[in-house]
Amino acid sequence: MIQAIVFYVFAAILIASGVMVISAKNTVHSVLFLILAFFNAAGLFLLCGAEFLAMVLVIVYVGAVAVLFLFVVMLLDINFAKLREGFLQYLPTGALIGLILLVELVMVFTSWRFAPNAPLSIGTRAPDPEMVTNTDALGRILYTDYVYLFQVAGLVLLVAMVGTILLTHRRRGSVRKQRIDKQNARNKASSIEIRKVPSGGGI
Amino acid sequence: MAPIGLSQYLTVAAILFTLGVFGIFLNRKNVIIILMSIELMLLAVNINLVAFSHVLDDLQGQIFTMFVLTVAAAEAAIGLAIVVSFFRNRGTIAVEEINQLKG
Repeated sequence: MIQAIVFYVFAAILIASGVMVISAKNTVHSVLFLILAFFNAAGLFLLCGAEFLAMVLVIVYVGAVAVLFLFVVMLLDINFAKLREGFLQYLPTGALIGLILLVELVMVFTSWRFAPNAPLSIGTRAPDPEMVTNTDALGRILYTDYVYLFQVAGLVLLVAMVGTILLTHRRRGSVRKQRIDKQNARNKASSIEIRKVPSGGGI
Repeated sequence: MAPIGLSQYLTVAAILFTLGVFGIFLNRKNVIIILMSIELMLLAVNINLVAFSHVLDDLQGQIFTMFVLTVAAAEAAIGLAIVVSFFRNRGTIAVEEINQLKG
């Protein structure tokens, strides 16, 4: 009973904040509602017993991705009100396609059933949560059965990091920075010159 | 009140996915909201995976969700980096201005 109430509360707030994400006037408010949506999705994950993923969702999505969005929205000097022009113009098409998609999804969800041999193909049965924590159980299969995929995921993140730095880094010519290689390459011949100055003549 | 089963989770995820698709159409001009709509769609997929993992008592769904999270984080970072560098070059992020490839 309590589980049902908690589920409906989380689900309702999740969907309401999803609506606000796409319809808020101010883009900063959109990002804040996205954060609320992530928190409520984490609550749904907790109800499913996926504790580790719930915490990862809060840490990675709220702590990193949403803050990244917030940074970009606040740092770019954009007239967001102007970008909203034509909002109502696209409403009928979007509503039609969204409705079609929703009807199709509902049709699928009301008519599907598990294949008769589906329980036989379960790969890694979840251990008893009283004995092994969710994090422990996930780690045990992530670092054994899925270790190559885990490495590939790390590679994806590395490529994303390098790509992001490459895309946004710029060299600004006006800034004076210490160039250690040039300092080390200096020698006496290139930096001092000895001249004989005749008295009263100047250089 | 019906007990919470798979169908409730799938319904929530379906509504959230539809909201994501709807958001892309509704905010055709704002790249940042389009990126956020994509995040919503990925979140809906993750809810599906976790719900199936819970019902089937199979941990593979949660492992898969973790990889989806990884790819989503990488996608958001690269997408925002492209938006920032595009804004530096052109001074706008309106989608109809992004036409230099003449696609």
